[in-house]
Amino acid sequence: MSRSFLGMPAFPRAADVSTRDTRLRANLTHATRTIRDKRARAVAELDDWAGLRAAGAALKDRTLRHLDRYLEQLEESVVAAGGQVHWAADAAEANRIVTRLVRETGEREVVKVKSMATQEIGLNEALAEAGIRAYETDLAELIVQLGDDLPSHILVPAIHRNRAEIRDIFRREMGKWGRPAPEGLSDSPAELAEAARLHLREKFLTAKVGISGANFMVAETGTLVVVESEGNGRMCLTLPETLISVVGIEKTVPTWQDLEVFLQLLPRSSTAERMNPYTTTWTGTTDGDGPRTFHLVLLDNGRTDTLADTVGRQALRCIRCSACLNVCPVYERAGGHAYGSPYPGPIGAILTPQLRGMAGPLEQSLPYASSLCGACYEVCPVAIDIPEVLVHLRERVVEGGPVTRGGARVVLKPARGHAAERAAMRAAAWAFDHPGALRGGMRLAARTRRLHPRRLPGPGRAWSDTRALPAVPAESFRDWWRRTRGANGNSETGGVE
Amino acid sequence: MRVALFVTCINDTLRPRTGQAVVTLLERLGVDVDFPEEQSCCGQPQFNTGYRHATEPLVRRFDRAFADHEYVVTPSGSCAAMVRDNFPRIAARAAAEGRGRELAEAAARAVPKTYELTEFLVDVLKVTDVGAYYPHTVTYHPTCHGLRMLGLGDRPRRLLERVRGLTLKELPGAEECCGFGGTFAVKNPAVSAAMGADKVRAVTGTGAEALCTVDNSCLLHLGGMLVRQGSPVRPVHLAEILASTEADVAAGGGPGRAAGAAGGAR
Ligand code: SF4
Repeated sequence: MSRSFLGMPAFPRAADVSTRDTRLRANLTHATRTIRDKRARAVAELDDWAGLRAAGAALKDRTLRHLDRYLEQLEESVVAAGGQVHWAADAAEANRIVTRLVRETGEREVVKVKSMATQEIGLNEALAEAGIRAYETDLAELIVQLGDDLPSHILVPAIHRNRAEIRDIFRREMGKWGRPAPEGLSDSPAELAEAARLHLREKFLTAKVGISGANFMVAETGTLVVVESEGNGRMCLTLPETLISVVGIEKTVPTWQDLEVFLQLLPRSSTAERMNPYTTTWTGTTDGDGPRTFHLVLLDNGRTDTLADTVGRQALRCIRCSACLNVCPVYERAGGHAYGSPYPGPIGAILTPQLRGMAGPLEQSLPYASSLCGACYEVCPVAIDIPEVLVHLRERVVEGGPVTRGGARVVLKPARGHAAERAAMRAAAWAFDHPGALRGGMRLAARTRRLHPRRLPGPGRAWSDTRALPAVPAESFRDWWRRTRGANGNSETGGVE
Repeated sequence: MRVALFVTCINDTLRPRTGQAVVTLLERLGVDVDFPEEQSCCGQPQFNTGYRHATEPLVRRFDRAFADHEYVVTPSGSCAAMVRDNFPRIAARAAAEGRGRELAEAAARAVPKTYELTEFLVDVLKVTDVGAYYPHTVTYHPTCHGLRMLGLGDRPRRLLERVRGLTLKELPGAEECCGFGGTFAVKNPAVSAAMGADKVRAVTGTGAEALCTVDNSCLLHLGGMLVRQGSPVRPVHLAEILASTEADVAAGGGPGRAAGAAGGAR
């Protein structure tokens, strides 16, 4: 397990490679279309979906506005229920805390239930460096881990793999991590699931430490909530002696009652189910039941910086349902790895640059990884206007501007490599504001139309490789209007103003 | 009734016959059309690429150009969406950055009077039968801005259904983006081309003679791909179909050449 997302190539370069991977495209198209259609049916069953969506967005917004207060309340509630709370400002601090907590138990192995927060901080790699082995227990995460691969979807991390690939991975790798795959394993879903079940059962029954994420944290009671489909979460959350939950601070909701809205929005948007099969809630510790020690690591890692941006902060409403990935035509072609983080697709394109800052080439390319078609906004159950945030972040890339990093106000410089574009955009905007010059330019283009190339050189080449350039007509609309209607700009039939 | 035509920069320079078709169509329906020459671009390419500040003069210009008109009609879903969705946003940001309320007032004047063509026909003129004749098979691609930002719904389809001689072919996956996205096509060429190729395959599969949209930007992208593939399918703006009459067709208009307006543009 040496793979990590950091240092991924910029989006267009990565996507150029992945769009040519026909097997990846076929796997993705099939999977996303199936989920997308099911989701649409599940959502259509509710006649108050629009109201629920608005309620979800409003609840998240209000909580985010007063997050400091709710987090303090959450800490009090968790401690009162017998848990311990740790605050982690960034990935390194979170990894240090978790590593120390595991070391203190004397264990060298932990089981994990799917937690994007721990992928975000690279926890498995940090634990490995400390000599601790982390076993992923979600079926898709297990496939990713055994294949020394990276997740490519929020809900279905191994969506880019088909059954035959999974069988090969199981046969080859399972034995190195524990119970090997059964002899003669086929690629039937039932046999694959059974092989995973046997392999994982061994882990569940021996592990003394579990590490989890959470979908929600209830401030008033200190309760954490995980919703899942497979039941592996239930095992990780109840069997170990020590439970460590690493959760982003934005997962807070004020009251138990607020869950009502989200437990309707989340399963329908994500798995197209009316209710997810397993909902596990845990509150501190209880004698004789479940883990004897409970730690909550509250992860910031760029979240309060994101909160400081009045346009971009709506990304923190995200409940990780993955609906936006499943409708995104760019995700469908580029695949999840091109986004360079555990948050792929439209939400990744706005979340990653905000959490990590916008200094790197990947973070600068992500806001452009969208045609702004708006399908993501349409399906988002908490109404995150992803296109609005994308355009806002593009402005940060090309013009720079004030942002918050590490709690301090800094002014970003424009990204390098946009100078020619900036000049062209400004020149165009100037011409558009000077119709005389514009008309002159248009006439010149029309007069030289026979000389125009049909293919472009340089950066425009990729465009003209697949598309013929439009021919410039002999006469612009403006000139036609003048010629046929007279120079005063009025219709012949309309008289003079 | 008197309306101002906002022809948009792409139509003005690359697809003048769409604007001519709008003039023909509206005049046939008894509407007087003005073309305020002070107009230019809605600022969409700049805004969507991140150059919000460069769009502010264009908001002012739009307001000035159409100050005298009660209705502004445009044959472009994405430009109408730019005015309606983004002008207020640009104004609000300018106010937040301390540049006063002037842009907010300009946006407040521009937004309610700006109509995409099919909205104007169906909602204001209350017509769906515009007396058009177009004896071809057509498939319709609802462009993203028309579909999601403007919510055009079935207006274009209702207009197409009343065109005599026209056979409408269902487009599979119609609601998926064609992959143009303005500068997206340049910044992410591989993904854009892959999206366009899938769309073109769906279009060709319908067997239609013509591909129709309410937005020439998407149509230039898809039309360019059709040409490069040697496909016989012709890209046509909805306005050109609606402007077409029996007289035009008798005069020799094929699909895509049935602008119906005076002054052949090519
Ligand atoms: S952004 Fe919205 S649609 Fe996308 S994963 Fe988050 S909640 Fe779901």
